[in-house]
Amino acid sequence: MDIAQEFNQYELTVNDSRYVISGSWLGESLLYVLRERLGLYGSKNACEQGECGSCSVMMDDVLVCSCLVLAANAEGREIKTIESVADGNELSDVQEAFIDTGAIQCGFCTPGLLVTIHDFLDSNPEPEESEIKEAISGNLCRCTGYGRIVEAVQLVSIRRSRRDT
Amino acid sequence: MDFLIASSTEDLCELLAEDSTRQLLAGGTDFMVEVNFRHRDISGVIAIDRIEELKQWRHDGDSVLIGSCVTYREIERGPLSTLIPALAQSARTIGSPQIRNAGTIGGNLATASPAGDMIPVLLALGALVNIRSKSGVRQLQVDELITGVKTNSLHEDEFIESVRVPVLRGPQEFLKVGPRNAMVISVTSLAMVTDIDREYIGIALGSVSASPCRSSEAEHFISENIDWNNMTVPSGVIENFERLVRESANPIDDHRSSSAYRTHTIGVLGRRALLRIFRLEN
Ligand SMILES: Cc1cc2nc3c(=O)[nH]c(=O)nc-3n(C[C@H](O)[C@H](O)[C@H](O)COP(=O)(O)OP(=O)(O)OC[C@H]3O[C@@H](n4cnc5c(N)ncnc54)[C@H](O)[C@@H]3O)c2cc1C
Ligand code: FES
Ligand code: FES
Repeated sequence: MDIAQEFNQYELTVNDSRYVISGSWLGESLLYVLRERLGLYGSKNACEQGECGSCSVMMDDVLVCSCLVLAANAEGREIKTIESVADGNELSDVQEAFIDTGAIQCGFCTPGLLVTIHDFLDSNPEPEESEIKEAISGNLCRCTGYGRIVEAVQLVSIRRSRRDT
Repeated sequence: MDFLIASSTEDLCELLAEDSTRQLLAGGTDFMVEVNFRHRDISGVIAIDRIEELKQWRHDGDSVLIGSCVTYREIERGPLSTLIPALAQSARTIGSPQIRNAGTIGGNLATASPAGDMIPVLLALGALVNIRSKSGVRQLQVDELITGVKTNSLHEDEFIESVRVPVLRGPQEFLKVGPRNAMVISVTSLAMVTDIDREYIGIALGSVSASPCRSSEAEHFISENIDWNNMTVPSGVIENFERLVRESANPIDDHRSSSAYRTHTIGVLGRRALLRIFRLEN
């Protein structure tokens, strides 16, 4: 990678689209740029300190808090946000399961949880309950008490294994 | 204001030699919190998280050399978790999956928090930190690097390149007290490591002093009482051991805990770690 990059203009690749970001402040987080410059409001901002997980995105296939990513340092990386989880109007299986189990109340934590759970189930298709709890430990939900969220993960796991057999 | 992405350690040496006020960005889990809350003024930033050499680790002989940008996620599982189990236990208690995917061992050392969870383990193991700049390389003990609450002895143009961690034969433990199982900064923490071949026991404490510290008196006392052949410890010495652990702590009262609770729990952690590693003699 070229070491000397012009800071005040950089490019981001988000959900396979390229965006040029210009005239920004050096300290802007990826979360800020997604929401305030690109109008992608799915990733939520609740704490800006990595505690709540509502801003979770995938960066080069790694789950991270976008509030802790310096936006300029996301150049050259593939960003996938909650906006890429559904295929048009076709919901993903995790989204369906959230609806079926009633894992959503106010919905504020839901985008972050969906991104987290998709990542988790891709690497661990048949998780134990304790593993599910550890996987979502970085996503705070103030409404549901987590029971139905855990059920939703289990439901996806069962549905995927039926589908595969 | 400039933002630079270093591509190799040589690059990084040059960029820091050119302007040593530039700040290093690794996983961002401390850095970005400070930026978001306007607690950090940034005029120039160098991202170091794409430097391949810093993201590698290797096992050579009786130690592991861990690059400064190796993440907790990599430490908590896979081969590193069997080579240095206490470091893996510590990594697994840090933050959440998201934080562990990003946070690095070098960042934890540089931040030098009293509650930095890698630090007690590295202290107990006697790890060495490799520090580099354009003018050369030097090696520091962990307690020479960390000089106080969130202060370190790095010169402005230096960076942490890697950490040399001994691989020991013998059980290890890392224990931490906090209000829940995830996402907690330690109220107290304790690392205990053993080396059966050298009949060595290393104990270090977190969150009970300005910087994590060794519990030397407790180490000396207990190593004289351990039966290394049977891996047992006489029940009569436990109370004294726990007292010595408590006495090596010098905790403060803060929003996370009272000093009295810290003093109490550090003793409990000492005993618990000891009894997980050694059986009671009967
Ligand atoms: C929600 C949350 C939970 C957390 N939980 C814990 C926890 O349980 N236990 C714990 O110990 N920590 C915890 N932390 C703190 C943090 O994750 C660690 O201190 C982490 O190790 C910092 O590493 P980083 O790569 O993210 O560093 P960065 O944030 O990128 O940098 C931190 C500092 O270190 C400097 N630095 C980084 N790398 C180097 C280098 N190679 N050489 C010289 N200087 C360098 C930077 O300039 C900066 O000053 C938590 C943080 C968050 C946000
Ligand atoms: S907004 Fe990023 S973790 Fe809360
Ligand atoms: S549904 Fe309201 S925060 Fe989770």
